[in-house]
Amino acid sequence: MTSFKAIITDPVGLHARPASVLSKEASKFASDIKLKCGDKEANLKSIMNVMALAVKTGSEITVEAEGADEKEAITAIEQSMKDNSII
Amino acid sequence: MANKMMGIGASAGVAVAKVYILDEQPIVIPQDTAKDVTAELANVSQAITKAKADLENLQKIAQEKLGAEKAAIFEAHASILEDPALTEEFETLIKTQSYNGAKAIGEVAEKYIAMFSAMEDDYFRERAADVKDVTDRLIRYILNLPVADLASIAEEVIIVAEDLTPSQTAQLNPAYVKGFACNVGGRTSHAAIMARSLEIPAVLGLKTILSAVSATDVLAMDGATGEIEINPQKTDVWTKKAETFKKEKAELEQFKTKKTVTKDGFDGFVLEGNIGSPKDVAAVLENGGEGIGLFRSEFLYMDNDHFPTEEEQFEAYKQVVTDMQGKVTIIRTLDIGGDKKLSYFKFPEEMNPFLGYRAIRFTLDRKDIFKDQIRALLRASAFGPVGIMFPMIATVDEFKTAKQFTLDCKAELEKAGVAVGKDLQIGMMVEIPAAAVLADQFAKYADFFSVGTNDLIQYSMAADRMSEHVTYLYQPYNPAILKLLKLTIDGAHKHGKWAGMCGEMAGEPEAVPLLMGLGLDAYSMSATSITKARSIMAKLTRKETAELANKALECDTTDEVLALVHKLMQTK
Repeated sequence: MTSFKAIITDPVGLHARPASVLSKEASKFASDIKLKCGDKEANLKSIMNVMALAVKTGSEITVEAEGADEKEAITAIEQSMKDNSII
Repeated sequence: MANKMMGIGASAGVAVAKVYILDEQPIVIPQDTAKDVTAELANVSQAITKAKADLENLQKIAQEKLGAEKAAIFEAHASILEDPALTEEFETLIKTQSYNGAKAIGEVAEKYIAMFSAMEDDYFRERAADVKDVTDRLIRYILNLPVADLASIAEEVIIVAEDLTPSQTAQLNPAYVKGFACNVGGRTSHAAIMARSLEIPAVLGLKTILSAVSATDVLAMDGATGEIEINPQKTDVWTKKAETFKKEKAELEQFKTKKTVTKDGFDGFVLEGNIGSPKDVAAVLENGGEGIGLFRSEFLYMDNDHFPTEEEQFEAYKQVVTDMQGKVTIIRTLDIGGDKKLSYFKFPEEMNPFLGYRAIRFTLDRKDIFKDQIRALLRASAFGPVGIMFPMIATVDEFKTAKQFTLDCKAELEKAGVAVGKDLQIGMMVEIPAAAVLADQFAKYADFFSVGTNDLIQYSMAADRMSEHVTYLYQPYNPAILKLLKLTIDGAHKHGKWAGMCGEMAGEPEAVPLLMGLGLDAYSMSATSITKARSIMAKLTRKETAELANKALECDTTDEVLALVHKLMQTK
């Protein structure tokens, strides 16, 4: 399993647009990818799952990937979060 | 049936055009079980493909008309369609419970709609409408019901509908769609926000408009007042309204970049914006705001599951102060209690919460919470001019205690080598009559006053503004209120301090002449009211407004005061 932690800096939090960007990015990989926030977790490939967490700005999140391409997935997702000013 | 109706004016503008009735066949989901599961799954998958093509097209249309940011919502809609968790849920219901496709999607959609609707944060709550929009489209395709194609409208019309979904609103072409009128909705609904960004007049919340019109009718509407007339008799009245609107809009546009100057050349009045979160700054600057007169810090506390840390607050304040590029930002410390509650803190039960444990009373009692906020505010003040103001101050002692606490925090930060702004001002809200009456004494200690009109009126008239039985007592123009404003402003000026207002009243066209006459220095309002206030100031001299204010202070009633204002403005 590979993972990283980050603080959400988008002023509205993990709202529809970033959730959509992330679910698209995650869907490119075969690994199981989870986004955790507090004691809740979501399948990062599912925009509905991610939005259901209602992650606020300033929250700490953890992204975990498990599978054959877990390392590539984590690198790509972290990069995509930075590129889109989500973290 | 009467041919005139009143709704909620949701997007300004005047329109007269033929009606276009968007009367969609309601969705009735069949309850029968699926006979052929494979065929049902294929049907669902086909509907997803059709809906996806629609959304790609909609995104293109929206991108051209509304820009990439607003069009991104359709990307999110497309992601909902492709959501593997959702698809799995539909499919499981079809495979294991033999649900038909429409029923399976309907049930899953309902679950998510209920979940989003129950969320505390406004933003996430509104996402329920997005889920409904996407899943309704899918169900319509499965059931072979027509899906409205508003993008193909090619003649001038006013759309009449029960409601408009985000995807429907994005299809509207302002070249042909002159306005829309809906049974439901209000000023903050999705349709209203989209209408304003497309600059299409809209009247919402009409309740019965759909049944009141037929396809051959002509509709006239005023999106500012909410007035609707079906088959107007006197069309010249509406033509005149439309011309006035157009003229005024062009006139106000130029005031976005002009300085605030009165007719007699005085440039000491400042027009500012009220904001509720960092994302509102752009609108204030776009509309020519000369500062932020009220930044409500509550959003940091209310959209949260814990008291925000010093660091979380610092980031938000710093962002606003930096974005304001040297213009002043006045931030109000936590104003919670009364009708504003927190999910993670239980306020005591009180008979009169508005007169109870709230605002400065709460923070002075909970210095641990107050300290995080004050330190964050002081640190943000290193990035530009900041004013800190305390809400609900009733006594001089309260203000002195809050100010001393702030100065102690400042000394502590400076000792630790943390930068604090040089232009820091410490002021207070005037919203309790006792503070207005004693303004002269308060001004010895406060750098500035900012009048919160809603509370000042409610406490002065002893009338709960939430109670519909006593709304007639909400009287901003009552001479009693004007006298309290005069005491506040004169008190500040006597000690060389300034007085502002950050309540609803500051931006009202009828209030501006009176407030000018009373000598109010700073006027903070919703961003969209700034240009109007500036245009009014440009038409008036201080001498004539001072005469108006003096006469108004001698009036017996609100109506007499308003009559004086109207008389003066008619000559402008």
